[in-house]
Amino acid sequence: MCAADRSMPETMIDRPDPQTDRQRPSRRTFGLRKVRRETLLGFLFVLPALAIYAVFVLLPLALTVQYSLYRWDGFNTPTWVGLANYTNVLTDPDLLNTIFNSFRLIIFFSLIPVTLGLVVASVIRRSATGSLGNVARTVLFLPQVIPLVAAGIVWSVVLSLSGIANQFLSAIGLDGITRAWLGDFDTALAAVGLIGTWVLLGLCTLLLLTGMTKIDPALYESARIDGAGAVREFLAITLPSLKQEIGVCVTVTVIAALRSFDIVYVTTGGGPGLATMVPGLDIYVLAFQARAVGVASALAVVLIILILVIIVPIQWLSRENGE
Amino acid sequence: MFLAFGHSRRVLGGLAALAIVAGACSSTAATPTAPPATPTTPAATDTATPAVTPAPTPALPSCGTAPVVLNAYFETGFDIPFKLSDEFTKQFPNVTWNISQDQFTNLTNSTPRLLASDNPPDLIRLPTMISLVKDGLLKNLDSYVTAFGWDKWPAAELLQNRVGADGIRGSGSLYAAGLNYSMTGVFYNKKLAAQIGMTTPPATVDEFEALLAKAKTAGLQPIMAWNASASGGGLAFPLQNLMAAYGPTQPINDWIFQKKGQSIDTTTNLTAAQHLETWVKSGYFPKDVNAIEYTAANSRFGKGEGVFMFNGDWQDAAYDKDMPGNVGFFVFPSATAGGPVAAMSAPLTYGIAAKAKNADCAAFFLNWVATNTTARQIDVAVGGSNPGGPSDLPVPAGPTGSVINDTLAQGSLVAKANGSMDFIANATGSIFAQGWTPELQKLVGGKETADGMLKAVQAEYLKELSQ
Repeated sequence: MCAADRSMPETMIDRPDPQTDRQRPSRRTFGLRKVRRETLLGFLFVLPALAIYAVFVLLPLALTVQYSLYRWDGFNTPTWVGLANYTNVLTDPDLLNTIFNSFRLIIFFSLIPVTLGLVVASVIRRSATGSLGNVARTVLFLPQVIPLVAAGIVWSVVLSLSGIANQFLSAIGLDGITRAWLGDFDTALAAVGLIGTWVLLGLCTLLLLTGMTKIDPALYESARIDGAGAVREFLAITLPSLKQEIGVCVTVTVIAALRSFDIVYVTTGGGPGLATMVPGLDIYVLAFQARAVGVASALAVVLIILILVIIVPIQWLSRENGE
Repeated sequence: MFLAFGHSRRVLGGLAALAIVAGACSSTAATPTAPPATPTTPAATDTATPAVTPAPTPALPSCGTAPVVLNAYFETGFDIPFKLSDEFTKQFPNVTWNISQDQFTNLTNSTPRLLASDNPPDLIRLPTMISLVKDGLLKNLDSYVTAFGWDKWPAAELLQNRVGADGIRGSGSLYAAGLNYSMTGVFYNKKLAAQIGMTTPPATVDEFEALLAKAKTAGLQPIMAWNASASGGGLAFPLQNLMAAYGPTQPINDWIFQKKGQSIDTTTNLTAAQHLETWVKSGYFPKDVNAIEYTAANSRFGKGEGVFMFNGDWQDAAYDKDMPGNVGFFVFPSATAGGPVAAMSAPLTYGIAAKAKNADCAAFFLNWVATNTTARQIDVAVGGSNPGGPSDLPVPAGPTGSVINDTLAQGSLVAKANGSMDFIANATGSIFAQGWTPELQKLVGGKETADGMLKAVQAEYLKELSQ
């Protein structure tokens, strides 16, 4: 999917150029008309996709912004309230709390998987090149293949009071700390985060490992001749060469943290209290249970803006340094 | 496209999630034009149809003799409407069914859209009513009340399905009917109860609390309960029982029915909440109760974990299966011996869309359920609940040794005391998800006091009413 998406714009831009070059010297006017026709033709090809994109992405986005300015239960005539829904989102401690929760999740969804992914990828690259490496890669990537809802249900069993996690802790003499991890105010968010780590570690490892294969082995050789150890090698060669890949990992995982819904919905439903309530889930509750479509839309818009504000600099930084 | 590699499953999922919220809004955006037309026209035309054709004596609304396909929406996981519809077709072969089913929470979300659609259901399980009535999506059943003589049934049966012109439940026109009338209270494991010396059900709250303490010292789990967000705060059951034990039921119902100026934060409710807090602190609930979902709680109770469990008679058949002959039921006692008993009780509510094509046939079905002998038997045997209907019709008995007979018998006590209440979880669309559940979880986690909980829920209630 990535490959297709990335190659399409290139061919779109590349194709007309050589043809116009070819035709420009001989018959300029005819050539121009042909260019226009080809542009038109190209545009026609894109049109279906563009229409679908407009109807299913751009239009809902615009409507969300529109709804956020009204008080509306989804059926009766909406009342214009201006920015009142936004003031509500930014002043209601419960709603702000959901946003803070999603920021805390960044630690588990982004920081840990990316850091751990770097370590694991380096280890696999250095010492597990053969079939062992393949096995490790597959095992780590497996969580990406399992439907999140199924994984969430299994995890809630594992983390329940009588679950394997507590059985293990009891077996090694840590009886005192056993608890219902997803039902405890102090541990619920971290437990949800752990599931996120489990899901995203494989993705990060695989991306970073792929990035590492692009690094010229001669660099490592010369570093070793200069007497660099594994750590020095990692800091001086691997890390700087992987800036773009790390950028991608951070982008994907930060978005996953900020817009998290499925894992939370399945495992805790936002509880206990509001300890694991995140904006994605709150938008759903507000829109479909409380029928406060306006506030839900405002929270959705705030979430989109937050994601953009955080992601754009990350993208800019990783690209700037990569080039 | 600043996302570069970001076109993974997860990012698309993110866009989809946002689009779902917005998309769902846009799908409903078209509907505001539809409902305004509905309240006036169909109510007038539909109810007129049966009366117009036969001239002097208006015939009762019926399913006629021509083939009819009833378009129905039932709740997944509950056999009773399916069994009733089968039996109905057996008795009236011209009627066949086009049944769709969905989970209750999904129904809550989609009911307005289903009712407003071009092919609205003739019969649908209703989660909430007020907003649907306000939007003119539900059929006014008043004409059927007179036609079938429902006005001669015990008034309490129809009360919860009445909505006034001011949008307040509990009085006004009828908008739905119950397939049966559920009953809640305390189930108990007979073996374990005998072990702690319970020979007769407790007569006062004090006696009940003494039993809880005995169970705790005996090393038993005193109460099995659920309180995880996925199923909602089940501690609302004991809380409301305590509220009705220490105070009158009327203000609680008024609060649920959204009458003006009502508050849940009253002195007697505070006493009730403080008792619940003591139960929590005394360890009467499982220590992982905030992570226990409804199904898990029932299965643990069925396996013998927990002396008592607060639940409703819809669970009768399942408990009978898990613990044949070993499960009993009593209605939660009053604070004082001989005081009035009360229980949450709700009709298994079904309504008819304002634009329904076979409204008469659907109404005839609802009347049949309450009055036909076989239907009433199915109601008791499958649903475990009182079939309601005219008070002179006998209530069929459940299988011998079944807890159904206990719940039916206790239900008559509540009826005598006029102590039936709706559920505090049903006061507004999201008071359960946004109010009771998180606050009860905080109470369990020691992050909230009894007083703070009532104040927080009242604040949420007012906020939701103003939104």
